[in-house]
Amino acid sequence: MEYIIELLDKNGLIVAFLVTGILVYLSEGLSIKLTNKKLPGSAIAIFLGLVIAYIGGILTEGKSGIADLPGLTGFKVMGGPMFRDFAIVSTAMGASFAVIKKTGSVGILSLFLGVIFSFISGVGIAYAFGITDVESLTTIGAGACTFVVGPVTGTAVGASSDIIALSIAAGVVKSILVTIGTPFIAPYIGLNNPKSAMIFGGLMGTTSGTAAGLAATDPKLVPYGAMTATFYTGLGCLMCPSVLYFALKAFFN
Amino acid sequence: MLLRGVALLAGCYIIGQIIGESLGQLLGINNNVGGVGFAMLLLILAQNELEKRNLFHVEMGEGVMFWSKMYIPVIVAMSAVQNVRVAFNNGILALLAGILPVVLCLLFMPILSKSKAE
Repeated sequence: MEYIIELLDKNGLIVAFLVTGILVYLSEGLSIKLTNKKLPGSAIAIFLGLVIAYIGGILTEGKSGIADLPGLTGFKVMGGPMFRDFAIVSTAMGASFAVIKKTGSVGILSLFLGVIFSFISGVGIAYAFGITDVESLTTIGAGACTFVVGPVTGTAVGASSDIIALSIAAGVVKSILVTIGTPFIAPYIGLNNPKSAMIFGGLMGTTSGTAAGLAATDPKLVPYGAMTATFYTGLGCLMCPSVLYFALKAFFN
Repeated sequence: MLLRGVALLAGCYIIGQIIGESLGQLLGINNNVGGVGFAMLLLILAQNELEKRNLFHVEMGEGVMFWSKMYIPVIVAMSAVQNVRVAFNNGILALLAGILPVVLCLLFMPILSKSKAE
């Protein structure tokens, strides 16, 4: 048995291709049989991915979802940032440069609004829960941006490690919510064209959440949403430990 | 020809990531700033430029399209390696701090979508 697991881990990426393929195949079947194609197969597959990540987390108490299980470590490569970003970039082929240029300014505006209001709502929630020191508030506010901005900011302002863990958790919740919720909310917010996808990416910011959510909504929108979302984490890392931290400090004194 | 397409994609990807990483360094935040975005812009510009000069072969496009079609499976794999457990086990504060910003920011969608920049 041990040599088989060793073999699977040695060929991790191929195993991940196989398992993901089975998952996508099952999801397409479920989409037709259970929902009469109302819920796209891709949305179900992404949701099942999150479910097996949860199972992996429960079984191993690790951080990498299903990839912590022996034999399935290749998921770390296939689901890691390299493949994700490479595949996202490839979706840009055929995207309209004219649209991106035209929507650029409102895209930038949405980025700033997205960072600032995510930060404020994170701070508000933390404050409502009785947290009052500015460093912790800043860190949780940053976590409400993305799960990268939280720990980067927390480290910069010197927050405690449990607060940093909390900020990561908030960012992960956000990413999962955007992943699952986007296809459902899309019709109500007019998310059906490149311009609104760019605004959506800027407001939500989580690259993984936006990319997965848009993929489940309409794959044609992915490049536009990803285009703005990719600037969000950088902007958040820039603003949270500096301008927003100082603003909060001034506000509380 | 197929590989030329993949190489074009890889080239845009690497250059874009270098720009994003350098921008992060310049800003002093030790984080990638828009690397994917720059790579996407490069790919779009390169494709337009090559098409203008009649150098963009159909098969080259297929090399890029393969990865574009692999996108959803990669996203499924990405979902499968998320730290879902920590999201559920960190209590109500983390849940609310993740949910509220999404709801609040969604309120801006209609306003921004109606703005003049068509």
